[in-house]
Amino acid sequence: MNLSKLALSLVALACAGLLAACGEKPGGSGDVIRIGSVSPLTGPQTHIGKDNENGARLAVDEINAKGLELGGKKVKLELLSEDDQAEPKTATIVAQKLVDAGVVAVIGHLNSGTTIPASKIYLDAGIPQISPSATAVKYTAQGYKTAYRVMANDAQQGKALGQYAVTKLSAKKIAVIDDRTAYGQGLADEFEKAAKTAGGEIVAREYTDDRKTDFTAILTTIKGKTPDLIFFGGMDPQGGPMAQQMKRLGLTAKLLGGDGLQNINFLKLAGADAEGVIASSPGLPIDAMPGGADFRKRFEARFGPIQVYAPYAYDAVNVLAEAMKRANSAEPAKVLAELPKTSHQGVTGPVTFDAKGDTMAGAVTLYEARGGAWVVLETVK
Amino acid sequence: MDIFTQQLINGLVVGSVYALVALGYTMVYGILELINFAHGEVTMIGAMVALMVIGALLGVAPDMPGLMVFAGGLLVAVPACMALGFAIEKIAYRPLRHAPRLAPLITAIGVSIVLQNLAMLIWGRQYISFPPLLPQGRHEFLGAHVTDTQIIIFVTALIVMAGLWLLVERTRLGRAMRATAQSREVAQLMGVNVDRVIAATFIIGSGLAALAGVLVSAYYGLAHYYMGFMLGLKAFSAAVLGGIGNIAGAMLGGLLLGVIEALGAGYIGDLTGGFLGSHYQDVFAFFVLILVLVLRPSGLLGERVANRA
Repeated sequence: MNLSKLALSLVALACAGLLAACGEKPGGSGDVIRIGSVSPLTGPQTHIGKDNENGARLAVDEINAKGLELGGKKVKLELLSEDDQAEPKTATIVAQKLVDAGVVAVIGHLNSGTTIPASKIYLDAGIPQISPSATAVKYTAQGYKTAYRVMANDAQQGKALGQYAVTKLSAKKIAVIDDRTAYGQGLADEFEKAAKTAGGEIVAREYTDDRKTDFTAILTTIKGKTPDLIFFGGMDPQGGPMAQQMKRLGLTAKLLGGDGLQNINFLKLAGADAEGVIASSPGLPIDAMPGGADFRKRFEARFGPIQVYAPYAYDAVNVLAEAMKRANSAEPAKVLAELPKTSHQGVTGPVTFDAKGDTMAGAVTLYEARGGAWVVLETVK
Repeated sequence: MDIFTQQLINGLVVGSVYALVALGYTMVYGILELINFAHGEVTMIGAMVALMVIGALLGVAPDMPGLMVFAGGLLVAVPACMALGFAIEKIAYRPLRHAPRLAPLITAIGVSIVLQNLAMLIWGRQYISFPPLLPQGRHEFLGAHVTDTQIIIFVTALIVMAGLWLLVERTRLGRAMRATAQSREVAQLMGVNVDRVIAATFIIGSGLAALAGVLVSAYYGLAHYYMGFMLGLKAFSAAVLGGIGNIAGAMLGGLLLGVIEALGAGYIGDLTGGFLGSHYQDVFAFFVLILVLVLRPSGLLGERVANRA
């Protein structure tokens, strides 16, 4: 290739690039509004992370199919999905990346440990953040006007679990384990408070992390203290082996957990030893949700079985889209002004926010693993 | 129930797996003075291959006895990893045999990342559950509980380690390995085919790693593309603790590290009045590593250089 040919092809390439860029510029026939979605898409919690992304994607695609009009112009939503690896450090990096990419709002993150550090970045950028599944109390207690969530927080969940353990399961001596994440620790702390208030005695407090699979050492120590019940604040990749190792060590105490255990994967990982484990989930069971059965059908036709939080990610996107409609704009400041007025009839139930950005419909449902499935025990408000 | 005995048993079982993996590190180091950081990933590949075979076997013959299915998984996983170990040496390390020592070390890290990502692509990013194939019976022993699975893991590890010991001490190949460890050049002058000895070392080490990987995922009931990382790091610590390059040292180091971890995690909370909790479990392994490096850099059994292989 001689020099002039090379120059010519470079010019051609540059033109093609310019043309492509022109197509994306706002002001064309279809304006594109970018929304971020953040969850772990690699690492141990990938299955739950992908579930959140899919829930958000379903909502975005449905809104686009119906057509969204803001300020008299037809607009299209675009979902930018990022992977925070469930790592607080990575969370702030991808949060900044999304802000730089010009998203008008973020649906996420999945974990409390990632949601909280990222929330500062969204606050500084002045864009709304709606987490589908971060439940740590701290997230909305920081006083950030950009932070919202559509799920009951750990105070609500931990309180329900603590009361249930002592009053309904009549546990007197209780051991508590957490995985040292913002979620696990927060939930375990709230559980401990509620259990003590209800008259239970905490005989052991042990710790692990969200990468481990060996709990024999702490379980053995706990066994020496003969508890009736073990509460685990953490996720299924740890909960599954923990249930197995409890049986192996001859621990007869009941295992109780939060929404991190209440999913299909826990049942798979614990196998036969899942039997009798009790776990809670904020909100109603999917089939008892007002739009649950219909949502399940639409979701599973595209993505396969629902893991756990997909309906919340779906509702979060819709809450956001409605706020945009009311504001008749996608401008973050205007959307933020509309979010507190939210009164959305979502798949998961009615969504309204209190002054902090927490959802007001904070129901918690308890499930028991029986014969390889989660069976609803009861819903507490 | 005796808590101390139980912690000791827990530690010995995990320690025997650490020892199996540590042997691979120590053998390669003994001969090449190379720390093969890809070794941890080989354990993971072993577990994944075994799981694939086990899944297929259970699909074809669901009534097959669990132990047979398990053996079937092992019989494929071990040779597969031996081939992998051979390939890693041939592709990644042999071309760098005479390069500065930093080059193969960086390559090792590279191989480790490649293997991890390959496994993620092939087997996915989820935790995969390992079916309960080994007998699950529980026995009372000195006031503690021991399961059949634990006994099988511990005994298998001991038998294999004894076999390796015999191989290194009593066979021609073992003698060639020891000679190569002492001096590659002189061994070559004496007619030892050094390339073949090095390949054999990688093959044996990888076979042990595959066995360890399958045992450990059967024990915890799951496998994951990331599982080799921590296991490899712990086993490496065990090898250093025992004296890297020393075979008996790797066995001793593995068992010791398992026990230290179990006792540490079990008692630290009560001993410090809750000031330090059981989340410091991993710290013990690395604390021990640092202590050894500072106080006795050659490891517990490290001074017997003649035993290196």
